[in-house]
Amino acid sequence: MENSEQGTIILYRKTLYAGLWSEIPVFRLMLGMCPTLAVTAAVKPAFTMGMCVLFVLICSNIVVSLMRNLLKPHLRIMMFTLTIATFVTIADLFLKAFQPEMSDALGPYVPLIIVNCIIICRAEACASKNGIFVSILDAIGMGLGFTIALCILASIRELLSTGAIFAIQIFPLQDKGGWFVPIAAFGLPVGAFVTLGLMLGLANLSKKK
Amino acid sequence: MDTFTTLLLGFISIVLINNLVLTKFLGICPFIGVSGRIDTAFGMGLAVSFVIMLSGTLTWLIDNLLLAGTPLEVTRYVCYILVIAGAVQLVEMYVRKFSPQLYESFGIFLPLITTNCAILGLCLFINLWEIDNLLEAVVLSFGAGIGFTLAICIMAGIRENLNFADVPKCLRGAPITLITAGLLTLAFMGFSGMIK
Repeated sequence: MENSEQGTIILYRKTLYAGLWSEIPVFRLMLGMCPTLAVTAAVKPAFTMGMCVLFVLICSNIVVSLMRNLLKPHLRIMMFTLTIATFVTIADLFLKAFQPEMSDALGPYVPLIIVNCIIICRAEACASKNGIFVSILDAIGMGLGFTIALCILASIRELLSTGAIFAIQIFPLQDKGGWFVPIAAFGLPVGAFVTLGLMLGLANLSKKK
Repeated sequence: MDTFTTLLLGFISIVLINNLVLTKFLGICPFIGVSGRIDTAFGMGLAVSFVIMLSGTLTWLIDNLLLAGTPLEVTRYVCYILVIAGAVQLVEMYVRKFSPQLYESFGIFLPLITTNCAILGLCLFINLWEIDNLLEAVVLSFGAGIGFTLAICIMAGIRENLNFADVPKCLRGAPITLITAGLLTLAFMGFSGMIK
């Protein structure tokens, strides 16, 4: 009895940590690339995006986990997308009401959470097979992992393109008497692709050791 | 004549200047996943073009004829995703029946067209840019499909040659593809001054 209890706790911990390191969505699973590239020009939108995904992921995992025994195989994906679309609508309306500037900045990328592969992948791989508690833990782990990945990428890009993180100046700019010459390319699409490519390379390198 | 110019400009802009893949980061998953060989990439491009065309037109119609001005507007995203899923189902049945070989080579990426951001993205952009006539919406969706096909075919061409290059081990596969894509976006930025 004690053993099985310990087993469950280990399982819970494993589920939570999987999203944070061993299966961190962007670097290990290569999922959710579009928002990763699109909203990471600065840290603030990246963080907002991460929080939206976390919210949608938790809600959709709960709902999918609750209805997992009612699902017919061929209608599965359809039900997942409809569930996700509902929660994304909620998140979108919430942002429009309380964070109108952020909502404008993110533009169509908030509704595009619907087709973010991470959420469907978690619904399929975890929530449709596990109980509600494990699903919630998995959602929290994956959502946080995604947010962290976005924030890392965004801080590198924001730092190199403007010399600031979260709009707080870190490097003094040259035209204001400092030494740092901002590299505009990192704020452009090319910076997104190249930075992410190099980071994936680093992640691969660390996996081998 | 005026409408014609607008349409032509819209078409060129969505294919080259606002290319969905290379400037809006939409449809990156198939762009990396299916760009290994040029014939598969072309097939994928055609399938996606068809779905974009169909769903871009249909969602414009639904948006303007059914949803506009009613409280039902909150169901917009749900409607969009339903239309796209239906269109993908059509393509899947067609490809499985008429080209089993292509069906095999697509594998999981065929049903995944539903979650291709390029498609939903275009529907959202048409809504965002407030396109108010059907013809323009059709031309834009057609152009978006062509743009996607163009990008994925260029990428596949480069990757076929990349096979012979000596890439550091940890960069092989996705990382080098992303870096190459970055260089491609630089090339496409050259088009940005073309209109206006």
